[in-house]
Amino acid sequence: MSKEEKKLEIMKTALNLFAKKGFYNTTIADIAREMGMSVGNMYNYFPSKESLAKELLIYTSKLFGEELKKINEMDISTKEKIKKIVELYFKKAKEEPELVDYFMRVYLSNKEIFSNGCEGMLCVSSFVTEIMIFFEEGVRKKELKNQDFFAAFGLFMGYLGGLVFLYREGILGKDIEEYIEVVSENIYNALKA
Amino acid sequence: MHSKPKVLWIDAVSCYGCSHSFYNYPQIKEILNKIDLIYHPLLPTKEFEIKSSDILIIEGAIKSNFLRLGFDLIDLIAKLIKLSRKVILIGTCSVYGGMFGEGILFNKEDKGKFYKCKDKIISIPGCPPHPEWIAYAIEMVLNDKKILLDSENRPKEIYSYTSHMGCVRNEYFEWKVDAKNFGEKEGCLFYEQGCQGPYTHSSCNKILWNEVNSKPRAGTPCFGCTEKTFPRKDLFKTETFMGIPANIPLGVSKRAYLTLAGVAKSLTNERLNKRLIDEDN
Ligand code: SF4
Ligand code: SF4
Repeated sequence: MSKEEKKLEIMKTALNLFAKKGFYNTTIADIAREMGMSVGNMYNYFPSKESLAKELLIYTSKLFGEELKKINEMDISTKEKIKKIVELYFKKAKEEPELVDYFMRVYLSNKEIFSNGCEGMLCVSSFVTEIMIFFEEGVRKKELKNQDFFAAFGLFMGYLGGLVFLYREGILGKDIEEYIEVVSENIYNALKA
Repeated sequence: MHSKPKVLWIDAVSCYGCSHSFYNYPQIKEILNKIDLIYHPLLPTKEFEIKSSDILIIEGAIKSNFLRLGFDLIDLIAKLIKLSRKVILIGTCSVYGGMFGEGILFNKEDKGKFYKCKDKIISIPGCPPHPEWIAYAIEMVLNDKKILLDSENRPKEIYSYTSHMGCVRNEYFEWKVDAKNFGEKEGCLFYEQGCQGPYTHSSCNKILWNEVNSKPRAGTPCFGCTEKTFPRKDLFKTETFMGIPANIPLGVSKRAYLTLAGVAKSLTNERLNKRLIDEDN
């Protein structure tokens, strides 16, 4: 197994533990134990829990960024793109809930961990850049209303985040995938030109 | 003694700003001494006649059913081009259409009526072009020097630059620090105030105006006056789509530009966030 593959494995293990025990309650020793590695060896891969957290964030952002890029490059209408993005997000929330949890809970609610080297867009740039391109092209094609970026971004991501939160709390009456259609429709109606 | 090269300067639909720009060339007398100016609309010359010339200079745009000197403008230009050895198009009107409509070589983005004469033509766009650019083209032709031209027949020596190159606000651009008002020393005018410097072909920040300044240096946006898209609307406002600049610097993909801009925005250059000259200290 290459060093990169091993790192990925450690990150996935860490993700699970963060989701189960919370970020602060998980130690490097816990992760090492779960991996069947010595703590000393762990440090060869990640010098600290913070650096692991940071790389995880970059990894998650890239993963979403690459998927979004594929959608951005499709020759379809903005309305159809919205549906693809919602689908991507909800499916990921179902298949890899730890990943989405990490992005929403650990990153967004523990910003202090990321204040050194992950300021602003630094670690989430792959994801944010693609979202920007999605919005910019939608307006350029006159399919979306030209407005403040964050007003649109908040509406889109906040809504998705909210739904995933309800889903993870077990409050949604139906499977989250059943919401793809209606949520996409609502987002489109709210943002269209 | 050899006779001096004949230069015929014709005005199409023009505001004469291009002529006036040329008058500001400090060594204009030397040029005028070297040539036989057989016609100019404003300078004292002989009566106009349709004649052959070594250099035909055209200022202004073309228009159908427009009379000039008793001739239909487009017919007149066609004849003069035919009778000339080299043609220099002065000003954005003449090259692309600019303020007044249709250009000689181009009609905005499309090929113009005289595109077929491309081989003879040198384009000096600008509204107006810098006097030195005009003088450069004339001198090069007078001295029989080869001018390297780009695909729109602009001298590479002048138009390979963007007006952004050499602007004293470049560091503010790099670190994404906006100018809050016009005329301030601090900040870049790209994000809000409409500066088109990063995608405008011109050497305004290399060959300064009146040898002292340029629009963006002084704190006014570059209007992109050398481009085929000139004039755009809302020159003092950056066009944005969802807050993202609709036009990005030449040569970079939108994805690459947004990534870099995001990174720069996430970091701070303390020095550039302060007054440049802090009078209280
Ligand atoms: S290019 Fe500008 S300065 Fe020259 S004639 Fe046209 S409007 Fe006037
Ligand atoms: S003001 Fe204009 S020309 Fe100057 S750095 Fe900013 S974008 Fe470039």
